[in-house]
Amino acid sequence: MNGPHDLGGQMGFGPVAPEKDEPYFHAEWEKRALGVTLTSGAMGHWTIDESRHARECLHPADYYSSSYYEIWIKALETLLKRHGFVMDEEVAAGKALGSGTTPKRVLKAENVAAVLAKGGPCDRPVEAPARFEAGDRVRTKNFHPTGHTRLPRYARGKLGVVEAVHDGFVFPDSNAHGGGENPQRVYTVVFSAAEIWGEGADPTLTVSIDAWESYLEPA
Amino acid sequence: MRASAARPRFRRMPHDHDHYHDNELDPMAARAKALETILTQKGLIDPAAIDAIVETYETKIGPRNGAKVVAKAWSDPAYAERLKKDATAAIASLGFTGRQGEHMQAVFNIADTHNLLVCTLCSCYPWSVLGLPPVWYKSPPYRSKAVIDPRGVLAEFGVSLPAETKIRVWDSTAELRYLVVPMRPNGTEGWSEERLAELVTRDSMIGTGLALEPQAA
Repeated sequence: MNGPHDLGGQMGFGPVAPEKDEPYFHAEWEKRALGVTLTSGAMGHWTIDESRHARECLHPADYYSSSYYEIWIKALETLLKRHGFVMDEEVAAGKALGSGTTPKRVLKAENVAAVLAKGGPCDRPVEAPARFEAGDRVRTKNFHPTGHTRLPRYARGKLGVVEAVHDGFVFPDSNAHGGGENPQRVYTVVFSAAEIWGEGADPTLTVSIDAWESYLEPA
Repeated sequence: MRASAARPRFRRMPHDHDHYHDNELDPMAARAKALETILTQKGLIDPAAIDAIVETYETKIGPRNGAKVVAKAWSDPAYAERLKKDATAAIASLGFTGRQGEHMQAVFNIADTHNLLVCTLCSCYPWSVLGLPPVWYKSPPYRSKAVIDPRGVLAEFGVSLPAETKIRVWDSTAELRYLVVPMRPNGTEGWSEERLAELVTRDSMIGTGLALEPQAA
């Protein structure tokens, strides 16, 4: 979707303002936000793609006025309600009022190290031969789906060159919506700044994205 | 500690301090606490697991991991070659694996090319080697500007590259996670890996910085 999250090339947000000696967390609640997001995800009822989409579905005014942990918590409420773990009345009351969905699993403290060390690999075997090879010229599709996609707006309809062919990966555009993993090969595609930004672009700049095969057409 | 310095500048705060206590919660703190309470009461999460996650990212998984990878690549050409060909395996051989580092690729700065990492769509970041991302990495100013004006971004970090240096920006739009291997500073010949690692900053592995010069370490 053309949501507030798709930020590449937007203007007006002001300086980056890196913070010297930044702490890992700026408030105690951010620690809990990280942990509650990860432990909730570990129940196994939604994918990383669905959680990303829940975040990008925040109203733009809300998204831009929220810190990242705030975005996580707001999206987590959506996910927990959608999957029947939490009811609106419970969020309002701040306590459990009834039962809900039975989780597939509960992450216990003693398993945290192993679960974090294992991660969640998203590569999947793909039988079909790769459609493109390194050096191929490709054009990204020009589309504006209302659902989740990982092709940023600034890189749509652009001419680029395949730099690397990767394994198959879970396709987020379907997986975010419960439509299955449908793995496709991923390619690193490089664009000149002039192709993306046109007049006045930095001649020394190239930008790459990692694109699923169906985002690309031969050029 | 005041929160204001850490918050994006475009943001108006409803509340200008970030500490909380039980009877006066910041609205977001209250929201996070409500979810944790409900989920804990229902037996869906283990609060001790949250403590363990926080402890992991405060004490075990951070940019010192990545610095060891870079220092080894500087010292050991065979390792650098493995890192170039299969970064996931080369990094795992040092014990760094897992969440948001499942599919790694190392990109090497060379004399005429500087690499810079961004995730314009969310906050993708190589947790296994750099830990949790800084606030600026996840915020709109960086995510919007890095792909269109990387030199402007670098200037904000105090980095000025020669006008002819090529800049390659890697937008992490899929599940590959990148690690920049900065150039090894001159004057470090014969240094041990441990000493070299001291020169490798977090920002130098994102591309918003360079490795420290020996006299600065």
